[in-house]
Amino acid sequence: MMVENTPPKGRGPLSTGEMRLAYSMILPTLLIVMSIVLLPLLANFWISFKPVQLGDLRPPEVRANERMKPVPTASGDVSEISYRLRNSSQQGSIDDVVLTDSLPDGLNIDGTLDSRCDFSNQVLTCNLGVYEAGKRETLIVPVIATNSYIDNPIKPRASKPLLVGDSDNILTNTVFSLDNYRKIFSASEFWSVLRVSLYYTVFGTLGALLFGLFAAQLLNTKFPGRGILRGFFLFPYVAPVIAVAFAWVLLLDAGPGGTLNAILMKIGAADGPVNFLGQRAVPFTIFGFTLKFPVALTTVISFEVWRYFPLSFLFILARMQSMSSEQYEAAEMDGATPLQQFWYISLPQLAGILAVLFLLRFIWTFNKFDDIFLLTGGGAGTRTLTVDVYEQAFAVSNLGAGAAVAVVVFVVLLCSALLFFKYSPQDDG
Amino acid sequence: MRIGNTFFIAPVIGAIWAMIYTVVFSVLAMLITGETLIPDIGTALVSGAIGAVFYILLPALRRNWSWVALTAAIALVAHLVLSGLTSHTSSLSVVPMLTTAVIFLVSAITWHLCLAGMGSESQARYQLEVILIRVLKGLGFVFFTIIVALPFYVMLMTSLKSQQSLLANPLDLSIDISKNPAELFRSYIELFSQYRFGTFLLNSAVVSVSTVLITLLLSVPGAYAVSRLRFPGQAVLSRSILLIYMVPAIVLVIPLYAVFSQLGLRNSLLGLIIVYPATTIPVAVYMLQGYFRGLPYELEEAGLMDGLTRLGVILKITLPLSLPALASVSLYIFMIAWNEFLFAFMFLDDPGIFTLSRGVQALNSSEIPRQHLMAGAVIATLPVLVLFLWFERFLVAGLTAGSVKG
Repeated sequence: MMVENTPPKGRGPLSTGEMRLAYSMILPTLLIVMSIVLLPLLANFWISFKPVQLGDLRPPEVRANERMKPVPTASGDVSEISYRLRNSSQQGSIDDVVLTDSLPDGLNIDGTLDSRCDFSNQVLTCNLGVYEAGKRETLIVPVIATNSYIDNPIKPRASKPLLVGDSDNILTNTVFSLDNYRKIFSASEFWSVLRVSLYYTVFGTLGALLFGLFAAQLLNTKFPGRGILRGFFLFPYVAPVIAVAFAWVLLLDAGPGGTLNAILMKIGAADGPVNFLGQRAVPFTIFGFTLKFPVALTTVISFEVWRYFPLSFLFILARMQSMSSEQYEAAEMDGATPLQQFWYISLPQLAGILAVLFLLRFIWTFNKFDDIFLLTGGGAGTRTLTVDVYEQAFAVSNLGAGAAVAVVVFVVLLCSALLFFKYSPQDDG
Repeated sequence: MRIGNTFFIAPVIGAIWAMIYTVVFSVLAMLITGETLIPDIGTALVSGAIGAVFYILLPALRRNWSWVALTAAIALVAHLVLSGLTSHTSSLSVVPMLTTAVIFLVSAITWHLCLAGMGSESQARYQLEVILIRVLKGLGFVFFTIIVALPFYVMLMTSLKSQQSLLANPLDLSIDISKNPAELFRSYIELFSQYRFGTFLLNSAVVSVSTVLITLLLSVPGAYAVSRLRFPGQAVLSRSILLIYMVPAIVLVIPLYAVFSQLGLRNSLLGLIIVYPATTIPVAVYMLQGYFRGLPYELEEAGLMDGLTRLGVILKITLPLSLPALASVSLYIFMIAWNEFLFAFMFLDDPGIFTLSRGVQALNSSEIPRQHLMAGAVIATLPVLVLFLWFERFLVAGLTAGSVKG
């Protein structure tokens, strides 16, 4: 029999105290992350199964319009107060609607009051029951004026009628449907949106990684001004997306005033202005095949590469500076050329950080919304899934469909994250 | 003098650099002075090649800076002769002349850097690769500098121009220094006086600083517990932190929009101050726990032995030792909060509570001149860029040490 050396089971008083301390230290963090990240995540699944529009967020309510006609001028004059009531919502009904209003002193009920209403101490209370969606009604209260009213006439409108009722909250009721999913999956553009998303993510990630690798090679040797240049190369990553995106929009503008087009035309590289952000594709012929080059998509991918190569650059440079010089010296002695040294010594050591950067950047690029939204608004064949979430939920005002697209985003993301944890090397540099 | 492969490589390198610098400096001169220059690429190629051939002729050891200058002059003369032959414009104004001189001087310096130590005889593969790498690095420096600088340059210069002059000549990004400052900075003055950018700046500062403070307050204990204390679920927590950071904001925006609308938190800065820390805490915990793990535990044990409580240990030993990490995390969180666009865009409707991101976005309209948009962009960029340059070393060290470490 083998004797296993395992730590003692159970907990001593010391470790229990430590555990309590740990939990109390983590609790605030967990609570806020739960309520702002995890709960909304679940809520998003919930909403994706509900037929909810942006307008439904305002709960249905009964609105009232009150007036008195004719205006009594002498004691004993008969008049009518009318309440025009309507359910503001065309979809949700409201239960147990109660109207309460106080009538001015000296106005009394004359004749028969509506059977649902009750009048005492100058307070009118009406139990109006259920208000169906869009229901309208006019409630008439016959009144008679007395001397005290004529002496001190106050318009009944001076006191606003109070209306309460139980409306079904569209977000918390139990009406579910698969309509949102049916709608997004049957839409003809869904698959092209998914394809654009993947192109954008794959090429954006690879581009940023390759440029980062290149830039890191430049700054891996010591020279005066290296520190300044390193800071300068990080500018695109540090600056607010809103600022650099609009700078690019202006730079690439196809109309008069676009700097890049003016440069290209001046040096003779282009005949006319290129609509970098507005043109879906230009056809070109290669070996007799006519292919289409996606202009706007390439531009937004370039922007992504431009904005995020600094991040890869930073991590790759840090990794390269931690490499020992011995291997390179030995290789030098053996007559390895610079490219061989890069290929056989540097790259294998960078493989770990490159893999991690690829997966992280892949996920973050896939999640990216701001960049494309600000550059093209998702037009000209650049609509990715994340932009589609916004379009469905807020431009078309269909919150449910937007949430369903967000679920698709999340599922793709989850698969990538699982991959990341499966292949991420442990404690590598 | 022996003639080998380098003798033929040199003119190629000379031609490449002369061409690149011709395009770059012509465009640069256009942008700076506003004068129109049409680069003559064909003559540049030939004269660059001629200059570089002369350069390689002298033995490697005897080449000095005067030789470099001489080859630059040879290339310049070749260029003048060639362009005199091909073009019929005889009037050479100052700017093109000066630009051309600069082009060939810089080209000569570059081919000197690329070919230093290389004779004109045949070189082995090792030496050829050295030349190739030098050329590639040079191209890299030029390329990256241009792509990084150009958008920022356009942003800054456009903000100082007027709409008419921009449309008349988009390449003229020169600044008229003779103008009085009030005229030059008109867009900025108008943004602050009419578009409430002072308020936006203040709102952004309030939101970002609050986010940093709340994040630190919550993530320091959290990170300490995850890295130092033993409790069930510790391993799961420390791994899942980064997962939470990967949840896309766009997935959260619909439920948060719906719930915050009904709670009345949506159109308020408080709503942002609740949401931002929740999205930054996971990164902060991840970066800090990495740093805490690297601190020697013996110090803390000694503190415990001497009768300090855990809280005392954290306040008196761990935190003072972690100041660099705290600085880099704070700066990183500040940048995230300052630059955040999506939630600010979705939540804020009322111009009185706009943050800068939201405020600049509101300037993107055809009714507002574009120099205002760019001035807004500069106002949003400047504070975060200055902070970054100030604390760059901290940020770089913190980012690369803590965040992605496996």
